[in-house]
Amino acid sequence: MKKVFPILVVLTGILLSYALYQALVVAPTEQTMGNVQRIFYYHVPSAWTAFILFFVNFGASIAYLIKRRPTADIIALVSAEVGVVFCTVVLVTGPIWARPVWGIWWTWDMRLTSTLVLWLIYVSYLFLRRFSSSGETPLLAAALAVLGALCVPFVYFSIWFFRTQHPQPVMGGGGSIDPRMMHALLINWLAFSCFAFLVCWSRYRLEKLQREVDHAHAMKSLLEPHGSAR
Amino acid sequence: MRQNPYLFAAYAATWIIHITYLITIVRRYSRLQREIEGLKK
Repeated sequence: MKKVFPILVVLTGILLSYALYQALVVAPTEQTMGNVQRIFYYHVPSAWTAFILFFVNFGASIAYLIKRRPTADIIALVSAEVGVVFCTVVLVTGPIWARPVWGIWWTWDMRLTSTLVLWLIYVSYLFLRRFSSSGETPLLAAALAVLGALCVPFVYFSIWFFRTQHPQPVMGGGGSIDPRMMHALLINWLAFSCFAFLVCWSRYRLEKLQREVDHAHAMKSLLEPHGSAR
Repeated sequence: MRQNPYLFAAYAATWIIHITYLITIVRRYSRLQREIEGLKK
């Protein structure tokens, strides 16, 4: 597996470069928004990747609640953390796109607000994981993750159910898109998904190593003679 | 063309966020490696 990882890193780097070329050069310029519309090729794939990672977190949390396997707990933690990173990208690129197009950085409409709430739920999840030392932490975190996952469909479908300033979804929204734009979008999504997979893989290895070190510290402190035992 | 700074800012912000996160992973990995060396001694 150690030999496969560098190969995948190189392939993902090539794919990300090709995706950038597609987004900036090949995809046609949108008529009303101009070049700023190209933010779409980073904003939307980042949102889709974050949603997928939150669903992975949901699946792993359910698996942990049922079987209590540490591997499921690690996958849940890793997918939530990387999902928060991608969701942060969405929350940063969105206002940068909104400013020249809408004339404002932010509006408290349903899509934007629900995305912010989703991000806050998963940030709370990570804070719980980071700062709680209770043995029940993985269990509590898994329960919170189930709640967080319920918000994902709400965020996605909020633009159907509520009047919002946010555009309709690219897929299933009823509108049409230039095939070259769709191609650039899908290539970028593929590239960011591969990138997310590699980041998750690295973070998974780091978490396993962290738990091994914690275990070694615990064993060491048990085996060492204590000064208080006179 | 007037909107290009926004496009550049969005792309740059995306990679700054990802690279910052990757740096934290690498730094944590290095710290753990040092801890493992300490435990072996």
